[in-house]
Amino acid sequence: MNVETKLGLDVFKIDKDAHIIIDQEICRSCEDKFCLYVCPGKLYSVNRETEEMEVECSGCLECGTCRIACIHGALDWNYARGGFGIQYRFG
Amino acid sequence: MTEADEEKVEVVVVGAGLAGLSAAYVLAQAGVDTVVVERGDYPGAKNVTGGRIYMHPLRHYLPDLWDDAPLERHVTRETITMMAEGASTAITLDNDKFREEPYHSYTILRSNFDRWFGDKVAEAGGFVLPKYRADDVLVEDGRVVGIVMGEEDEIRADVVVAADGVLSLIAEKAGLRQAQQPKHFAVSAKEVIELPAKSIEERFNLGPGEGAAQLYFGTLTKGMLGGGFIYTNQDSISLGLVVGIESLMEREPKIEVHEILEDFKARPEIRNLVADGEIVEYSAHAIPEGGINAMPKLYSDGIVVIGEAAGLGLNMLITVRGMEFAVASGVMAAEAILKAREKGDYSADSLAHYEELLKDSFALQDLETFRHVLGFMENPRLFNFYPQAVCDIFTELMWIDEKPKPKISTTVIREGVGKFLNWSTIKDGLGMLRI
Ligand SMILES: Cc1cc2nc3c(=O)[nH]c(=O)nc-3n(C[C@H](O)[C@H](O)[C@H](O)COP(=O)(O)OP(=O)(O)OC[C@H]3O[C@@H](n4cnc5c(N)ncnc54)[C@H](O)[C@@H]3O)c2cc1C
Ligand code: SF4
Ligand code: SF4
Repeated sequence: MNVETKLGLDVFKIDKDAHIIIDQEICRSCEDKFCLYVCPGKLYSVNRETEEMEVECSGCLECGTCRIACIHGALDWNYARGGFGIQYRFG
Repeated sequence: MTEADEEKVEVVVVGAGLAGLSAAYVLAQAGVDTVVVERGDYPGAKNVTGGRIYMHPLRHYLPDLWDDAPLERHVTRETITMMAEGASTAITLDNDKFREEPYHSYTILRSNFDRWFGDKVAEAGGFVLPKYRADDVLVEDGRVVGIVMGEEDEIRADVVVAADGVLSLIAEKAGLRQAQQPKHFAVSAKEVIELPAKSIEERFNLGPGEGAAQLYFGTLTKGMLGGGFIYTNQDSISLGLVVGIESLMEREPKIEVHEILEDFKARPEIRNLVADGEIVEYSAHAIPEGGINAMPKLYSDGIVVIGEAAGLGLNMLITVRGMEFAVASGVMAAEAILKAREKGDYSADSLAHYEELLKDSFALQDLETFRHVLGFMENPRLFNFYPQAVCDIFTELMWIDEKPKPKISTTVIREGVGKFLNWSTIKDGLGMLRI
């Protein structure tokens, strides 16, 4: 089963605002791109047209891995707002 | 009453995990006006564990609480498996002690468990406020006097208890901990897979209500620090994988966590255990690995830090421990707060009693004892060379073909000396004496 399908099994309450903000300036000069493969939800991608780094916050498991791995400080990272985001039924 | 008075409580706890709820339970029982702020829809909505919970420390710190707790299965079989390429060697411990009540450990699903625990806190007179995220601490004259939620809301308190888990943004905001370093954390990805109780009992050779805990290490993490786990719940299996974030960042060629999990599940040893099961949830969570070397400051004026927020966790390869530390530290923080309350003094000097209690307990002593585990686990031979060597020797012993076989002692000595007697392995052996 691919990871998108797995995320589809989870309960998310989607907020209109993103809880992770990316500083594109920093990403542009980053060669590591750790965020692209450390995320267990595979939520980071580079937009083909704008070439900007994007994160799909609506599927975020709020594990914090990207926050820890982005040692370049490009992420203004927070948990989803109270009452939003992933709501585990098993945990 | 002024408006500020109305918003004030004695203690505000940030985070309705095991640590926060344990602290709140003790405080509420003692009649302290306590509010627990939780960002999830209910306690446990954000919480992930392996997992298995060890009951003896829990019973010691909170006696009588656990009788009606929603625990899954009591663990009666412990298995450690070393995985090599296309082979694995397992060691299983069955001990009658594990079948004696009160049981040693249980498997657990946190969303159910924490919700139940939240209700217990409410019954004891504490107030659990879900759907609220604490965003900052309120600081006046250099001391913490409450928390800020969103743009407008604040709760003032004599003491703030930071129980907000592994990332602890609250301890960070309060200046008690530094930004996280990748080498001090692991990431885990986990699935809950539903299977009928009867299938679980047959596949894992268990009696009704009995459970299995299985840990895996070796080539499954592809040279990286980490391992896999399987825990049997009543009607489901928790299956997951843990890898060090730094080793994931450094590995070449790159690989993603969910790919490693899929490869692990595809192994015949695992595939057959979960066949026909239905995945009902996918989760991910960080785990602290830094041990005592990465602990934050535990208290300051008007604030204490508990549970994983305080870095209280141990990954010892064969066991991940955190929940009993969370409960114990919660109870000890509550005791320190009760003492501070008697004196009416919530300064750092007064709250320092919390650290004294921790130092005298298994929590800090175990972290001290296992100080060198992380360094030892960073050794890639642990994940590649040793599991492969053990499986090779075992295969050599078990394999029968048309050629004459050497004596068993010859095989063991030849293979054993060849593989295990060289400078690297001797160094590893010496390293092991330190953990
Ligand atoms: C995959 C995995 C396997 C594990 N296996 C085991 C095991 O088998 N045995 C074991 O003992 N331990 C295990 N652990 C560790 C154990 O789960 C943790 O140590 C334990 O959950 C820590 O409890 P805690 O109360 O400190 O933190 P948590 O349980 O993480 O609770 C923190 C709470 O704070 C809330 N919160 C966070 N920030 C805010 C905020 N700003 N505002 C409001 N609320 C907030 C969260 O929503 C959460 O409810 C495992 C961990 C993982 C991830
Ligand atoms: S988020 Fe961090 S790791 Fe990812 S591209 Fe930007 S700077 Fe690099
Ligand atoms: S917090 Fe975890 S799930 Fe969310 S984007 Fe970051 S790495 Fe991915």
